[in-house]
Amino acid sequence: MEFSSFPWLTFITFVPIVGALLLLFFRRNAHTAMRSVALVFMLADFVGSLAVYSLFNPSSGAMQLQEFRAWVPTWGISYKLGVDGISLFLVLLTTLLGPIVILASWEDIQHRVKEFLVSLLVLQTGMIGVFLALDLFLFYVFWEIMLIPMYLLIGVWGNPARRLYAAIKFVLYTIVGSLLMLVAILALYFMAGKASGVYTFDLFKLYEFAVPLKAQFWMFLAFFLAFAIKVPMFPFHTWLPDAHTEAPTVGSVVLAAVLLKMGTYGFIRYAIPLFPNAAIDATWWICWLSLIGIIYGAWVAMVQLDVKRLVAFSSVSHLGFVMLGMFAFTVEGVEGSIVQMVNHGLSTGALFLLVGMIYERRHTRLIADFGGLSKVMPLYAVFFMIFTLSSIGLPGLNGFIGEFLVLLGTFKVHPWYAVIAASGVIFAAVYMLWMFQRVMFGEITNPKNLGLKDIGAREVAVLTPILIFVVWIGVYPNTFLRPMEPSVKNFLQLVDKKKTVVLEMERTRPVPGVQAVASSSGARPAADVTVQE
Amino acid sequence: MIQIPDINMASILPALILCVAGVVILLVGMFVRTGMLTIASVISLFGIALAFLTNSPLRRLNQTAFAGLVAMDAFSWFLNIMILIAAALTVLISLRYLADEEMDLYEYFVLILFASAGMMFMVSANHILVLFIGLETLSISIYVLVGLRPENAESKEAALKYLLLGGFSSGIFLYGAALLYGSAGSLSLPAIAKYLQAGQVSLMAKAGMGLLLVGFCFKIAAAPFHMWTPDVYEGAPAPLTAYMSVGVKAAAFAAFVRVFFDAMSALQVNWSAILWVLAALTMIVGNIAALAQENIKRMLAYSSIAHAGYILVGMVAGQEAGTSSMIYYLFAYTFTNIGAFGVVALVGRKGEANVSLDDYRGLGKAHPMLALTMSIFLFSLAGIPPTAGFVGKFTIFYAAIQAGYIWLVIIGVLTSAASVFYYFRVVMKMYMEAPATEPPLLQFSPGMVTALFVAAAGVLYIGIFPTTYLNMAVESVKPLF
Repeated sequence: MEFSSFPWLTFITFVPIVGALLLLFFRRNAHTAMRSVALVFMLADFVGSLAVYSLFNPSSGAMQLQEFRAWVPTWGISYKLGVDGISLFLVLLTTLLGPIVILASWEDIQHRVKEFLVSLLVLQTGMIGVFLALDLFLFYVFWEIMLIPMYLLIGVWGNPARRLYAAIKFVLYTIVGSLLMLVAILALYFMAGKASGVYTFDLFKLYEFAVPLKAQFWMFLAFFLAFAIKVPMFPFHTWLPDAHTEAPTVGSVVLAAVLLKMGTYGFIRYAIPLFPNAAIDATWWICWLSLIGIIYGAWVAMVQLDVKRLVAFSSVSHLGFVMLGMFAFTVEGVEGSIVQMVNHGLSTGALFLLVGMIYERRHTRLIADFGGLSKVMPLYAVFFMIFTLSSIGLPGLNGFIGEFLVLLGTFKVHPWYAVIAASGVIFAAVYMLWMFQRVMFGEITNPKNLGLKDIGAREVAVLTPILIFVVWIGVYPNTFLRPMEPSVKNFLQLVDKKKTVVLEMERTRPVPGVQAVASSSGARPAADVTVQE
Repeated sequence: MIQIPDINMASILPALILCVAGVVILLVGMFVRTGMLTIASVISLFGIALAFLTNSPLRRLNQTAFAGLVAMDAFSWFLNIMILIAAALTVLISLRYLADEEMDLYEYFVLILFASAGMMFMVSANHILVLFIGLETLSISIYVLVGLRPENAESKEAALKYLLLGGFSSGIFLYGAALLYGSAGSLSLPAIAKYLQAGQVSLMAKAGMGLLLVGFCFKIAAAPFHMWTPDVYEGAPAPLTAYMSVGVKAAAFAAFVRVFFDAMSALQVNWSAILWVLAALTMIVGNIAALAQENIKRMLAYSSIAHAGYILVGMVAGQEAGTSSMIYYLFAYTFTNIGAFGVVALVGRKGEANVSLDDYRGLGKAHPMLALTMSIFLFSLAGIPPTAGFVGKFTIFYAAIQAGYIWLVIIGVLTSAASVFYYFRVVMKMYMEAPATEPPLLQFSPGMVTALFVAAAGVLYIGIFPTTYLNMAVESVKPLF
């Protein structure tokens, strides 16, 4: 088979789960062998995603490398995958972190290694599938599949004290949102099917359907709930600090780096383009929720006593930027939002790894227990410093690019929002640097910290790949922005065009009642929204 | 000269074979003293397999036999398959259980076979009296089976309770049938349909319909007629509970569907409004009560009430989409619930001493494969993809939204979000909590392992590749419309 015609997307989606199945046949105490196998499969996955990257045409905003196969043809459900400039880097982020989390957990996790690795691998399949799926049913299946491994990761290997509580809280929050989304998916499916005569879950076919305003509102609300819980946006964030704090290190890494992105990605791929009018109408309150998230997350982070909890709350703040940029509906804003998704994955992922490393050594994460660590662990301090600065948004590192673009894009349309959001950057500097100072500098007050070993080769190997990308995005963001741009423009065009079509449709035929409007849109040429596929 | 109606034994051959197999076991039992349990189970399985083979011609037929008493169509065909699968899996999970409990009663298998035959008559009945005979054959066998555990007060209590309430509901059912007969002049489904379609429906006929509905709701354990379920499910031997929760439920639902869609579609507006309320109530009551249970059999009993609620949503939705979604759901549920109760029987051990949720602590460590299997069943019950339970719920909600019952679906998804809590609680016990005492050794018998494997593989397979089975479900309800 030709290199370019190989189903790479299927390959990268299912390689991890093949690894998981293989692991089932290993002896329970063959820890090293199982870890190696998992690592090999994660690396294969990463290599596969590099192949995807090499085949990706950066000048096109279309869905590329599409794969299609009928799955449940009676209902128009298909197995359809594709990648564009928006999902490409999220997939790469996921596959990059795959081997890293296996390496990072090498010594951390010592009991039930088999189940642990299987969970990680299944989770990987679920996450990549969410980013690649182009069929709403398929998307929903992947979306739910990753629930179980994450539940196990928090519940089994989490912090003994409150892991059960955190695990079930995570599941219940997620599932309430996603089940309501399922109702909306079905409602959309029938509405579009009735209007066009073709019943399908194919995302691009559904893009072409102009949903009447009133129905848009309710469906957007359902999608919003599912995604906002995942992001998490204020006030749906309360599961996050618990889940993060109680999860094992790599659980937090995956959760922060990738799982949260599924929420923001959901907005950009599903909620906004499917229901553009409702989304645009919701801009003001979504922006306010994001701003509250930015400020509130920062303030709460400031007073945390536990480093991990601090980083968790900083996520709430960072994700506020992502949402704000997205709802600016400008090229800069949306690009910044996507870059910021990747950035947050890299920086926060790395910070959780760093916190995990110190926790392995000292079995505490309280800021008060540390102080002066830079004296005994200089290398660790260097890495910690760089990722802290990246998280704050220091120019030259990745965080700056994302936040700058978001603020720029927002400023164009809502200058005051940008002003308020910018204060979040300052607060970020306050809580991160203050924490860094208390942990790293000063005299070593706690004698237990005197004998700490600096990070070793494995840990450096874990952090270095992330470091490379942190600097790369910071210094030469064009590598990443250029392939994104056509897709982002496509996205904005689609939103704009579809918005006008719906408004036109509503203006010319103001029919009360959802049903009547849905059928009327069939008579009208609602399909003149053409989606470049 | 007496007119002898056309007799077409082929039409009821699968049920006949089961009866014959049962009689053969009884005969053999007269001569053989030892090892009778194994022999009986082998004969049962053989009979079931034979019935399975003779069942397949029904798929392509669409006719009646015995002067219109028995319908031979794809609907009977698919339901028969379900009943046979349920019976076979039950036989497999029962064998070791009976030996362990020192219940040297080969009659157990005979009764299972007779009950299955009763179910088959129920699903293919084209006449309410035939349906009733099937129902009673089934019920009487089950009454006996429920009370089978020796020296066990709960079992006796369950049997008595089930007998009294079951007899009561049979009475209500018959009363309804009598009222219908009074107005329609016949109890054959086509005749009733003809009468109802002619308009001029008497109040008596409507009352008859209502009483029939209550009778059915009792059998499917829909709220508020569900009170017997937790006690009976708890008291009955675990493998039998498995059989009741899928077999009896499937047969009752199938007869319910056939009577109400075939004969009473003219009154659909009336009964679907009632069922809307019952469905909502059943989902809410079942799921909320399940949250508070500490005994896994009781929890699964309430969960099966909740599932009856979901299936009723499909019935409310009506049409081909709704009824086929019910049939698919029952099919998915057959594998899932037999599997779950199989695990309960296995973990329960002697005297079913270990049926509290806490007895599942640490199972993930002691028996990883068993815990994995149980997790698959629980995820399927909770409706998490990629399991059969997910596709089942999806088809139900699909049909309901298509028919415009969006609020019912919202109640459905919210209660099913609540159900995640209690299903995941078992997973939590298995994987995340340490056992209080040393986990005792479980006895894996080949029959049990086979049944659990088949059930788990079935749950995953029809969850990931549902198309064939969805089409079969659609095909099966075609004769009703």
